[in-house]
Amino acid sequence: MSTRAERAWAVLGTVLDPEVPALSVRDLGIVRDVIDHGDALEVVLTPTYSGCPATEAIEADVLAALSAQGLGPARATLRRAPAWTSDWISEDGKRKLRAYGIAPPHAVDSVPAVIPGRDVIPAPSVIPAPAVIPAEAGNQSFPLRFMARQETVPCPHCASKRTERLSPFGSTACKSLHRCLACREPFEYFKPI
Amino acid sequence: MAAVQGSIQVSAAPNVQYLLRIGDSALILAQRTCEWAGHAPVLEEDIALANMALDLLGQARALLTRAGQLEGSGYDEDQLAFLREARDYRNVTLVELPRGDFAMTQLRNVVMATFFKLLWQRLATSSDSELAAIAGKAVKEARYHQQHAADWVIRLAGGTDESRKRTECALAELWRYTAELFASDAVDNYAAEAQVGPRWGELREPWLHEMTQILDEAGLQPHADTPFLSTGKNGAHSEHMGLLLAEMQHLQRAYPGGVW
Repeated sequence: MSTRAERAWAVLGTVLDPEVPALSVRDLGIVRDVIDHGDALEVVLTPTYSGCPATEAIEADVLAALSAQGLGPARATLRRAPAWTSDWISEDGKRKLRAYGIAPPHAVDSVPAVIPGRDVIPAPSVIPAPAVIPAEAGNQSFPLRFMARQETVPCPHCASKRTERLSPFGSTACKSLHRCLACREPFEYFKPI
Repeated sequence: MAAVQGSIQVSAAPNVQYLLRIGDSALILAQRTCEWAGHAPVLEEDIALANMALDLLGQARALLTRAGQLEGSGYDEDQLAFLREARDYRNVTLVELPRGDFAMTQLRNVVMATFFKLLWQRLATSSDSELAAIAGKAVKEARYHQQHAADWVIRLAGGTDESRKRTECALAELWRYTAELFASDAVDNYAAEAQVGPRWGELREPWLHEMTQILDEAGLQPHADTPFLSTGKNGAHSEHMGLLLAEMQHLQRAYPGGVW
């Protein structure tokens, strides 16, 4: 017999993100913990973006799903640190994204390095180096890049690497807008952050 | 006729003021940025500006919530956002100026995103763990905002004669307002001593370094310093602030406590 928390994790695997309904909240990596306090379950969530309008809807969906499965009462709490990163999307989640027509994010620290002549390096001189936040090690040293910093994003439809970015912001803050030059289909890319 | 919602006043304590300066600057820039919704020159940019405004609004919500906790009178984010008088907002004057043309908007955005990015980097190690957590998220968002606005400034400056002229005008008009970002005072001294965050003046050198590189890529140069110093973060705002707030606060004032 599984514990109440284990059953809750299973239920959370069925609660879909309202903005990207191909993914469950578990696939997305925003469920950080489920704690059984005896009288109530606590689900700890980390928001994806500061202004994500889906945050409140997700909380409500999570609590409704747990309650519907007889696992309530439950409450949701917000944990901001460490900040959510697209690296927390599960491998299964990345497969589901691709099948849904959204290119999954590259690993945050794999984003291409400096492009000579076009890139701008931040001045480290007078700034005390910020302490590295554990979850984003390697991310703090992101080079500043302007104009020519495009990543190669394979088309989720035909897998061609001949694609181009149309806009760095798509239908939601977490996605950018691209098109495939091979199959000519537009698609979205879940941005590494 | 129903009563109109009255105003609240908040503590002048430096720990509250330091957070309001950041939160209000994000809030008012979000308000100005979202004025482009439905008006941007292309659909993709309309969406991009709305997304960036949403990030700024999310950051402002978290900061105002934290400011309310420290303030101690029990005000929540909505009361702080909608029920203060203009003189009690602590945003820098730069963000309340009218959105102007597209060059003005993008130039202001690159100025502010560069500033915010550097500020969030420092706040990520704040002695206030809640502020540090907010910053850890926001710094990633500011990085995207900076890249996007820098792209536009470079593109506009290297575009047509008209787009270059407008970008030069925007730079000439807005540059003098950047001095306020780095004018440290007693509130900054408190924050530095309590290790809550940097004196904003400490950010000037790295900010100027990055701005110079962006402007250089655009074939532009930073303007020389002038004696002019705007004073929004002390509550003395430009004439534009009242009109902005009239629009932003109208619903909460007319329908007190109204929710969606």
